Amino acid sequence: MLSGEYGEGIAMAMRIVVGLGRIVGAQRMVEITSAHVDSCLYHGQVSLDFAGRLVELGASVRVPTTLNVGSMDLLHPGLIRTNTKAEREVAAGGRRLMSAYLALGCAATWTCAPYQLPARPGLGDHIAWAESNAIVFANSVLGARTDRYGDFVDICAAITGRVPFSGLQTEEARRGTVVFDCSDLERALLGSELVYPLLGQYVGSVAGSEIPVLVGIPADVSEDRLKALGAAAASSGGVAMFHAVGVTPEAATLEDALKGREPLSVHGVSPEDLRATRAELSTFSSGRIDAVSVGTPHASYAECVVLADLLRDGPPIRDDVRFYLSTARATLALAEKTGVLPILESAGVTVVVDTCTYVTAILSPAAKRVMTNSAKWAYYAPANIGAEVVLGSVEECVASARLGRVVLDDALFGEASR
Amino acid sequence: MIHAEALTSGTAEGSTIRLTEPLSFWGGTDARGRIVDARHPQYGVALAGRVLVMESGRGSSSSSSVLAEQIRSRAAPAAIVLARSDAIVVLGAIVAAELYGLEMPILLVEPPEHGEIPSGTVVRVEATPGECGISW
Repeated sequence: MLSGEYGEGIAMAMRIVVGLGRIVGAQRMVEITSAHVDSCLYHGQVSLDFAGRLVELGASVRVPTTLNVGSMDLLHPGLIRTNTKAEREVAAGGRRLMSAYLALGCAATWTCAPYQLPARPGLGDHIAWAESNAIVFANSVLGARTDRYGDFVDICAAITGRVPFSGLQTEEARRGTVVFDCSDLERALLGSELVYPLLGQYVGSVAGSEIPVLVGIPADVSEDRLKALGAAAASSGGVAMFHAVGVTPEAATLEDALKGREPLSVHGVSPEDLRATRAELSTFSSGRIDAVSVGTPHASYAECVVLADLLRDGPPIRDDVRFYLSTARATLALAEKTGVLPILESAGVTVVVDTCTYVTAILSPAAKRVMTNSAKWAYYAPANIGAEVVLGSVEECVASARLGRVVLDDALFGEASR
Repeated sequence: MIHAEALTSGTAEGSTIRLTEPLSFWGGTDARGRIVDARHPQYGVALAGRVLVMESGRGSSSSSSVLAEQIRSRAAPAAIVLARSDAIVVLGAIVAAELYGLEMPILLVEPPEHGEIPSGTVVRVEATPGECGISW
């Protein structure tokens, strides 16, 4: 491939993959069955130059390849602000970049939750997925094998169909190393949606880039909750894989997750840890809110239904509060077909697809105080878009949007912790 | 002179700036190469043209793009000296070399030597097939 007998595009992609292999000290390559590409988000001229060069050289993907979010909502382009020169550059460049990745043969999925799409990878499959929440979900919940691939490498892996055999592609690297005992979190707490992003945030901040093993997570926990946990652990600490004993496929028992070895450390998790985590992540905790943003990572269909159920009856969202839901265009289409979308829209929810509210200029600059149910959104939005944030459950988000001010229910964490 | 392993090749000269915590280029630096992560101890420092001494990068995999873009627009550090190999950072430099022929040397110096590189000192960084190290 390197010598160009399959074309100059493949040769260029292979140079990048081999370059990665050299850095990580891999002895060989491994073939992959799918790829998920995050390089389609616009980061300046270099994004266009790189994809453009691959297109020009005739490259195209060899394995089924999904696309992460871009810098534009192609179905609702009017949602993206284009008031300043910089905003216009990102909108125009972002659109051209998205076209370039389609020209390389990737599917127009435009979602950070490719695991919500049909035909997802399974246990033991070698794949090349980028985007930290997609990586942690694939490794942990699906049991597929992906290392942490970043920009440029993701599309090059898709074009060459291979990656260095290293990191989480190998059995040994998937061993759990740091144990978190959640059995002190009462059943009522573990039944609450809000606990999972907080738990992820806490675990990530302690575990760093180690592989956490969670003990005491209910066996019937939903994928949406594991999504929220993984996304938060990836942004707060760089976690690329976790085990939940009795839940995730490589952790039938604690011993399996640890591969029979001793953990580096064992930590208990208390309700107070989670209450404190919420306080740390939030830059304010009372008073006026200007906007709500839910759906980071992209809301699943089930999460859209929950939101619609909360909004169907009861008082309307206040006129001066904007309410955003980010989701995949495939989920939007399903919600439209089943009648969930009209409920959301008539309640005043703005549905954003193909992109996300913390990477694109969507929120009005006047919307400074924002509530979210996503620990990842709360972690990145202050630096990315200059927002003040407060973290709450989707129920708290709806209650706050109706009143125009923060409504939090710390009772969840128990009397003692208040 | 401190000997190093070359993660990417090139030569550079510049004043060193030592970061006391890992940096994410994405979300942590702006288009002009300034540290804009308010949580970072070196918040506000300009990295363009400096020899950046840090243990490793941190966080988002979009950092490869951000660094490559800074190299393209001449807003990147002149060189980076890491204590731990970091594929995300190195790939930014590999891609800038592939697309634009612009070389930014990235060196690996293991502790404790990494800690001995002085901050705020003009150094020469060489990462060529024959020689790889930092001298001042």
